[in-house]
Amino acid sequence: MSNEKYPVLEVKGLSISFDQYDGTFTKKDLSTVKNINIRVGEGELVAIVGASGSGKSLLAHAILGILPYNASYKGDLKYMGEELTPERQKELRGSEIVLVPQSVAYLDPLMKTGKQLALGKSARLDGGKTSAKEKISGLFKRYNLPERTSELYPFELSGGMARRILISSAVMENPKLVIADEPTPGLNIEVAKQVISHFREMADDGAGVLLITHDLELALECADRIVVFRDGETIDEVRPADFEKVSTGEDVFMHPYTKELYKSMPKNWEEK
Amino acid sequence: MKLEVNNIQFRYTGNVSEYSGRILYDDFSLTIESGERVGIIAPSGFGKTTLCKLIAGYEKPLAGEILLDGKPVSSYKGYCPVQMIWQHPETVLNPRLRMKHVLEEVGDIPEHVIKGLGIRDEWLNRFPQELSGGELQRFCIARALSPRTRFILADEISTMLDLITQKQIWDFLIEEIRSREAGLIAVSHSPALLERICTRIIDLTKET
Repeated sequence: MSNEKYPVLEVKGLSISFDQYDGTFTKKDLSTVKNINIRVGEGELVAIVGASGSGKSLLAHAILGILPYNASYKGDLKYMGEELTPERQKELRGSEIVLVPQSVAYLDPLMKTGKQLALGKSARLDGGKTSAKEKISGLFKRYNLPERTSELYPFELSGGMARRILISSAVMENPKLVIADEPTPGLNIEVAKQVISHFREMADDGAGVLLITHDLELALECADRIVVFRDGETIDEVRPADFEKVSTGEDVFMHPYTKELYKSMPKNWEEK
Repeated sequence: MKLEVNNIQFRYTGNVSEYSGRILYDDFSLTIESGERVGIIAPSGFGKTTLCKLIAGYEKPLAGEILLDGKPVSSYKGYCPVQMIWQHPETVLNPRLRMKHVLEEVGDIPEHVIKGLGIRDEWLNRFPQELSGGELQRFCIARALSPRTRFILADEISTMLDLITQKQIWDFLIEEIRSREAGLIAVSHSPALLERICTRIIDLTKET
């Protein structure tokens, strides 16, 4: 452990709970997240893998300070070695800490996508629209989006295009911490791998990347470490190389759930 | 039984979506026999869901026909022997029906299907918004599995599930389809998954 990278993000014993007393027909779980421990170093890509709907997104929202008003969290959140207070969160999000959100619902439905991308903090600082425009067309090329995408409204985008727009908007900045919340569902495997490789590039350029996903296969492709999340807790932390030992039948210290997860990947299904 | 898609042509009309006006299918054909499990693979936006909707009769082709044992699928009255399971279960269930009523609407879902899909008794009294996507999808699969079903169209039905649940559900579904000698058309982004569940795979980019 001597060669540990300087930690960009440290989360210790994070729990998130909801107060919900609105007496309608819906009732939400009061505490979805009980105990999250995670650490992302400079230049590291850490994946947190868990079932959909298990509360992984809440972790992202807690780090950015955008939890719903009726949610509160306990535990330690540190960014660059210092505590992440609500004031720092507000200052850093959108510039040093960016989120690649999960769904197209995070885009403004009434604004053309090109205009939304140009709204980023640094785009405004960098001397106005021309540079933003250039950056946008560069990103569109990189993500294989047609030039006319700028002129489309969010509802006109396919699921895959919307995802690539969300990723472009995060890369508009030069972030130190990138939090990607399920960035790949709805993308076909080639595009998904390409997207993942861009997160890998961001990490190789020195940013810390936290990839929140349910796709173990993609996490294995790119992550330095994989943190397994189950029933609101982080239960295990493994390196992709550890899984190779599972497939060769070698004895490896691993949570049984993590092992089962690996064995449930379609390519590892037993032949019938 | 035989499900035939014969020389269909299709495009969406209107000007709202990115698909508008573009011809999605032109002279496209596909034949599947009972007992076959066909995987369909194509990039997003290619019209995979549209193909399922056409086969299940939710959209009408501009030309060509879709036949089940020589009779147009649209001419079957009452329960349709071709059943589609959708990608987003939360959008295809009536929000004001309790889950037990969702199952009762079909009427003859075998008990072992409900058990096999891991549907718990306590979920039956709930409304759709009180269940997670994975839990809802189990109901959506169950309601497509009346004994009258001959072909299942599965449009990305396991993308919202974790790996372990995905495996459980497919293990069950394949066994069920096999024992009934029904047919399956499965759409997925994951070639690895299709290789496991299907007897044959069609790449639409090479077909059209």
